[in-house]
Formats: sequence, C-alpha cells, structure tokens
Amino acid sequence: MIAHFSQIATIFLMVAGLYVVMARGNMVKKLIGLSLFQSSVYLLYLLPGKVIGGTAPIIGAGFTVYANPLPHVLILTAIVVGIATLALGLTLVVRIKEAYGTIEEDEIIAKETPKTRNGPGRGGDAA
Amino acid sequence: MIETTITIALLLMLAAVTVGIVRVRGLFAAVVLLGVYSLLMATLFIVLDAVDVAMTEAAVGAGVSTVFFLGALYLTDTVEAPSSRGRFLPLLLALVTAGALVWGLSDLPEFGSPEQPIHKQGADYLARSIPETGIPNVVTSVLASYRSFDTLGETTVVFTAGIGILALLRRRRGEGRN
Amino acid sequence: MRFDIVLRVATKFMLAPLLLFALYVQLHGDYGPGGGFQAGVIAAAAIILYGLMVGLGPVQKIVPSALLEVLIPGGVLIYAGVGVVGMLQGGNFLDYNRLAQDAVHGQEWGVFLVEIGVFMTVSSTMIAIFYAFAGRRRS
Repeated sequence: MIAHFSQIATIFLMVAGLYVVMARGNMVKKLIGLSLFQSSVYLLYLLPGKVIGGTAPIIGAGFTVYANPLPHVLILTAIVVGIATLALGLTLVVRIKEAYGTIEEDEIIAKETPKTRNGPGRGGDAA
Repeated sequence: MIETTITIALLLMLAAVTVGIVRVRGLFAAVVLLGVYSLLMATLFIVLDAVDVAMTEAAVGAGVSTVFFLGALYLTDTVEAPSSRGRFLPLLLALVTAGALVWGLSDLPEFGSPEQPIHKQGADYLARSIPETGIPNVVTSVLASYRSFDTLGETTVVFTAGIGILALLRRRRGEGRN
Repeated sequence: MRFDIVLRVATKFMLAPLLLFALYVQLHGDYGPGGGFQAGVIAAAAIILYGLMVGLGPVQKIVPSALLEVLIPGGVLIYAGVGVVGMLQGGNFLDYNRLAQDAVHGQEWGVFLVEIGVFMTVSSTMIAIFYAFAGRRRS
C-alpha cells in the first residue's frame, strides 16, 4: 500500500477532476476539472522518472544517479500546450456567455430545445 | 526515506486542496484554490527532481493560468448555479474508473526504485548528451535537439491556439458598439 | 486598483528583476533549469503584471499588438528556418550537426536559435491572450 501510495493519490486527483467534469454544469468549473485531470497526468508521468537518492538531470561532477529526463521533456511541452488550449477553452466560454447570456449547460440546453424559433441570444454576436 | 515522506505529505495536501476545489461553489474561490494546487504541484515536482517542469508549472499554473481564469470570470459569472442534475451517476462512474486504475497498479514497480523499466530501456540520453551536444542540462538537449520535431509541433500548437483566440475574442473595428 | 500606492511601487521594483530573470533563464538554459518555454512565460508574466497595474493602454504602448502579431508566427518561422538551413547544409530537417564547424558547436547553435524561436512564440502568445481578454467588454 505504501509502495504505491503516490500512484493511488494521483488516481484520486485524476478521478476528482473527472467527477467535476461530469457532475458540474458550469463551464468554467468544467475547465477547472480538466486542469485537475491534466495535472494528475503530469504527476503520473513524472513519478516513475524519480530515483530515490538521485538528483535533477543536469550533468555535474560528483553525481552519478540522475532522474530520467525523458518524462520531464514530455511534460514540459504538455504544460505549455495545456495553458494554450485552456485559454482557447476559456475564450469559447466567454463567447458562449455573450451568445446565450449564461455559462450553465442546463440553461443553454433549455434555450436550444425549442427548435422552431430562434433562442433570444442566437446569432446576436454576428450583428 | 525523507524524499518519500515529503512526497506523501505534499500529496496529502494536494488531496485536501482538491476536495476543496470540488466542493466549493464560488468560482473565484475555486480558481484561487487551483493556484494553490499548482504551487503545491510545482513543489512536488522539485522533490521528484523535475526542476525544469517545476519552474514551468509555477510560472504557468500558479501565475498565467490564474490570470486567464480571472479574466474569463470577469467576462462571465463568478457564482455557479446549483445544478439540477443527479450526482449519483458521475460519482459511480468516477469510482468505477478509480477502481479499475487501482486494480492495474499492482503490477507497477515501487516508487523511486532504480529497477523500473523506464531506467533500463530506451535511449540513454544521460550518457549521450555531453559528448554529442555539449549541453549539461539533459532536459534542454532532449527538448531542443533529440526531440526537436516534437517541440516544433508543440510550438505550432501554441501558435495555432493563439491565432484561434485572437480570431474569437479580438474586437474588430465597429464591433461592440451596440 | 490603479491608485493603490503599495501595489504600484512594488510592481515597479519587481518588473526589471523579473525581465532580467527571464533573460537569465533563457540564456542559461543549457547549464541550469530553464529554456525557451519557462523564459517566455516569465517574460509574459512580467508584461501581464505591468498591464494589470497600469491598464491596457499604457502597456500596449510598450508592447504593441502589431509587434505581437509579428512575433507569434516569427518564432515558429525561426524554428522551422533552423531546420531548413540544416537541410540546405546537406543534413536532415532539424539536423544541427552541420550548422557550425563541428557537430558539438552546431548543436549549441541550433539549440540556442531554436530556444529563441520558442521564447518568441510562447511569450507573445501569452501576452496576446491577455490583451484579448483585457480588451473585451463585459456583456
């Protein structure tokens, strides 16, 4: 149990993010949940790279044990891509708010359901 | 031993912050808690010897992404409406996922042991970096030289996301007057 | 917030060290933790901090949107250009070995130029996103 404690904690963080994405209708909260999920994946990648008693992968005199650099590289790029896509998601949320007047998923679905007439906010931003 | 202890303590703090993020109703509080979460995560990355990643996570997660979230909150709502949907099904799905993942853990090697497959197989960048590129920081040499195709694609993704955001959000002349 | 003297003075003191630190992280990335991504985000954070303090107008006098629109694709072009130069020298795409007199020097040049491209794209994209959010009016 203690040997796999860090992986179990990572799974808890991931599942918490998954729960927020599924259970909450607010779109900003959904993005927060996605961020939680994403961070836990970073952790999952970095955990096996660590060697107890090792040091950071910067070659120097007097050190022989280093952490594996490959997961670091993968996650470094993933973090920057993550912030770019997160900002894109927030942009879409802002546009949805301008078009529908709300960012709650239930209310948007309620506004979309009567298909015969246009909802109050539909196409409002094109003008 | 001390590294394992610090890791466990930080993970427990992360779990506590996560519970706070899930339960809190105000979006402002959730965003600030997410900043705390990112900072704790960056500290944990330092313990895991991933200093480059820790620096990125501290600057991106705790700094820039909080600003973006607050900007989006300013343009939308700061309070979450009480949800009408049931909580049972998402909780069940999350628990089933967690169960499946924990079940799969039993095969994994112990945390921090040098016997893990990742240290035994694959390209040995640690030995190759200095003779081939002369760069002591192996993360930089792998990022910019050995896996530079990867980084080119990744820079292109950042570029594309930036273009998309500018196309969606920038005010054109004459717009926004109504 | 614009008239909070403590925040304004503290920001003024922090701004120059932040930009200098970004430069250090960028140029010292070969020997210590750092590189184009981290430096880009730190530099963008400094500009964003200044923008939060003084407002969108003054910060756009220092870093205008037109400059950002050049820098965002410019970084990707520098990156891809280094690859094309490697090809013209007879190597593969993004092969740095032939950029200088020997392979190690070529690698150092290639990594240096590529990191500058990454820095330009990342920092200017972050600042442009901030401008886009800050310039939007509440609906």
